[in-house]
Amino acid sequence: MQPRDRTRKTGCCLSETGTLCRSSGARITSPSLNVILPKHYIFLTKHLLSSRRAEGTSAPGPAARTINRETDPMSLAQNPLCDRQDGPPLLQLRGISKTFSGVRVLKDVSLEAHGGEILALMGENGAGKSTLMKILSGAYTADPGGEVRIAGQIEKITNPASARALGIGIIYQELALAPNLTVAENIHLGSELRRNGMIDRAAMSEACRALLLELGAPFGPDDRLSAMSVAEQQLVEIARALHRDARILVLDEPTTALSARETERLFLLIRKLRARGLALIYISHRMDEIDELADRVSVLRDGAHVGTLEKDELSSARIVSMMVGRDLSSFYEKDGSHVRADLPPVLQVEGLTDGRRVQPASFVLQPGEVLGIAGLVGAGRTELARLIFGADPRTGGTVRLGERVLDIRSPRDALAEGIAYLTEDRKALGLFLDMSCSGNINLGVVETDARLGVLDRARGKQRATGSFAALRIKAQTLLTTVGGLSGGNQQKVLLGRLLETGPRVLILDEPTRGVDIGAKTEIYRIINDLAAKGLGILVISSEMAEIIGVSDRVIVMREGQLTGELTGSAITQEAIMSLAVGLAAAPSPLAA
Amino acid sequence: MSNSLTSTASVPPVARHDARSSARSLFQAAGMLPALILLALGFHFLGGHRFLTGANLSIIAQQASINTVLASGMTFVILTGGIDLSVGSILAFAAMCGLIVSLMPGLAWLAIPACLGAGLLIGLFNGALIAGVRIPPFIVTLGTLTAVRGLARLMGNDRTIFNADLSFAWIGNDGIAVTSTFTIPWLAVIALAVVVASWFILRRTVLGVHIYAIGGNPAAARLSGIRVGAVLMFVYAASGVLAGLGAVMSSARLYAANGLQLGQSYELDAIAAVILGGTSFVGGIGSIWGTLVGALLIAVLSNGLILVGVSDIWQFIVKGLVIIVAVALDRFRAPTART
Repeated sequence: MQPRDRTRKTGCCLSETGTLCRSSGARITSPSLNVILPKHYIFLTKHLLSSRRAEGTSAPGPAARTINRETDPMSLAQNPLCDRQDGPPLLQLRGISKTFSGVRVLKDVSLEAHGGEILALMGENGAGKSTLMKILSGAYTADPGGEVRIAGQIEKITNPASARALGIGIIYQELALAPNLTVAENIHLGSELRRNGMIDRAAMSEACRALLLELGAPFGPDDRLSAMSVAEQQLVEIARALHRDARILVLDEPTTALSARETERLFLLIRKLRARGLALIYISHRMDEIDELADRVSVLRDGAHVGTLEKDELSSARIVSMMVGRDLSSFYEKDGSHVRADLPPVLQVEGLTDGRRVQPASFVLQPGEVLGIAGLVGAGRTELARLIFGADPRTGGTVRLGERVLDIRSPRDALAEGIAYLTEDRKALGLFLDMSCSGNINLGVVETDARLGVLDRARGKQRATGSFAALRIKAQTLLTTVGGLSGGNQQKVLLGRLLETGPRVLILDEPTRGVDIGAKTEIYRIINDLAAKGLGILVISSEMAEIIGVSDRVIVMREGQLTGELTGSAITQEAIMSLAVGLAAAPSPLAA
Repeated sequence: MSNSLTSTASVPPVARHDARSSARSLFQAAGMLPALILLALGFHFLGGHRFLTGANLSIIAQQASINTVLASGMTFVILTGGIDLSVGSILAFAAMCGLIVSLMPGLAWLAIPACLGAGLLIGLFNGALIAGVRIPPFIVTLGTLTAVRGLARLMGNDRTIFNADLSFAWIGNDGIAVTSTFTIPWLAVIALAVVVASWFILRRTVLGVHIYAIGGNPAAARLSGIRVGAVLMFVYAASGVLAGLGAVMSSARLYAANGLQLGQSYELDAIAAVILGGTSFVGGIGSIWGTLVGALLIAVLSNGLILVGVSDIWQFIVKGLVIIVAVALDRFRAPTART
């Protein structure tokens, strides 16, 4: 067999199961299936049917392999992509950096993805995964100096169209489809087929029928998207990418909206695409998925590529430690001495749920305690906080302040009871950017300070001055507009407003997001001081080091559920990350 | 108010002093007042020194007064980020109510309360739909603009109601005589009183703070514990009542009301006055004094263009362009307008 000789010469071997083994450990199934140009769809359909057959049996014998080869109209030698398989990888990134207004969010990232493998891309929130993906998709342009090679050629990705032309397809979490159009129209969006200047629907349907069939789609090209499930729409997205000859397919957390069955089906499809020789980059937080799918795992941390694990070195524990491996900063002031465990809890949450994003959650908060809520973005932490604060309607559960069960229906009720919430998005949901610092600080108390509805301006000035001093807010005057302040000072103004209302429970959602290091330290000091005064404080943070630094106790959320609680020395990055990603061997004794 | 605080508050902001930002701060401080003064002087010299006379200024004050009252209500509404298109129709409807009541034997004294009550009623209706049912203000008031106009015509069987013995006609035709030619019309006094009252509400009460807060950031307003619905109810009710007051003023001047023609496109003049006054169309920024200047500007334009002999058709064109230029200036003032 000539092809076999050829591969051996270049350092690859054809294994017993009909797969090519690279020295790196990546697997390439049926090398002849690598070309996915539209004109080859008919052939491909045949291949997939045969490879589907092959998948059915656990170990296809040599006979099956022979049949594959014989029915294959293109031999390995004729296949241009296959020739490169032992050469450069399909996608190669070298020294990719990205700077946003002086901040380097991606630092010198080098990655490669080979045809016929699934590369998992992992990292904490803000590690740079989406930035990297947006550079690939052409939404962002990388800083000069880096280099992108597609199948060995240096290429420039300047805009989404050029990314598409290079064969890069991206399936975002948020699907970008037109629900009012048919499947065929969506697949051809932007490249509609025309006849005599008019749209040719029949030709468009025909052009994607084979592809849909091959992907195992339960719908036809003329079905409308509005009637389809998320999983089916996702399939349309994938079909669209393949229709545009994508050779590199990036999937950004594709299973978040899928049921277990749909996930299974998607995985089958992903493996099928791998068999076709696509380079798949799979972004996910779910360790079990990575275990099941990934051939290699690349980990990003703080915008830098910290390493890639090959198939044989994959272990969840190792991935987690690579994701978090960071020194704890020393600027946290925590002394657990403020926790008043002797007093009854200030806040008791029991079975609180909104029926969707927050599964029944129960926990208690002691006076003087800082309780961290950890978890990945989208785990339901903010949603839980908003439920407690009455910002969203709840469908079940109770909130007790001291002994009293509260009936909170709106933020106004919560504030009146002494529960204050610092939003994670201070500009959109917190501050009045056109108002003065004084106006913002006093906003929560003008009503109680006023006499017969008339403002007590002297009291207002007093409060603002007090806040400026206590929180060390730096602004020209009390009347300076908040919109022009730095992030740190804005955050302090917002915090000042909450504190003026005299809360007993303070919920801080990402209290140091977008705040410089100096203001960060001061916010930690303020949190510590407030705990010393006996307030119960909930801190939500995606920054692992911050959660560990400020919290006396940590509860972890994953997919809307409280998955564990950590106290004292058990609060480690590894333990939190394990609970947050749902690692089976979680050291999580869920204490009452 | 301690001295140290006053001194901190008066430290000038150390802003970057490029030409653009200093020009912007000038616009912010002075608003349209310089334009108003320049325009008045221009008309005075172009119109043969007839513009800045006691008699003409009285006329301008009178002409500006009804629009000022409507625009004050509109200022409340626009500051919350809303719009009230129905004020012209409310004015016609309320005036019809008032005149019909004034013709009822023994009930004539109820004419003014009838006007105000009719305005309040429609305003509350607008407010309930906007705050309660959460239909966008533009759509609600577009609906009432049409429907209330129909109501106004229905009330008088589509005829003009006339009352030569209107008890409160003095409001529309008398004034405080200052000199032999210059009198301050009662209409202008009422308008000024409305402006001062509006200023007090906006700047000195909790309600005012909440109005600005809702216009500035409605989501944050709710999370700060502000009763957004109640405040919205207030602003639309206030706009309605002030339209009712406008009805009192207009019927006092005319001794009559007509469901079809009265108050046609008054809402546009009111909105124009608010926008000319520098109030941001998305809410949260603006002042009632700006609105007063805006209303005067419109009155001066109308009066002055007639005085210098510009035809009726050209008046429309000029007034329209002035509004566009003013909004362009607003963009310049706040180039990153929130949406």
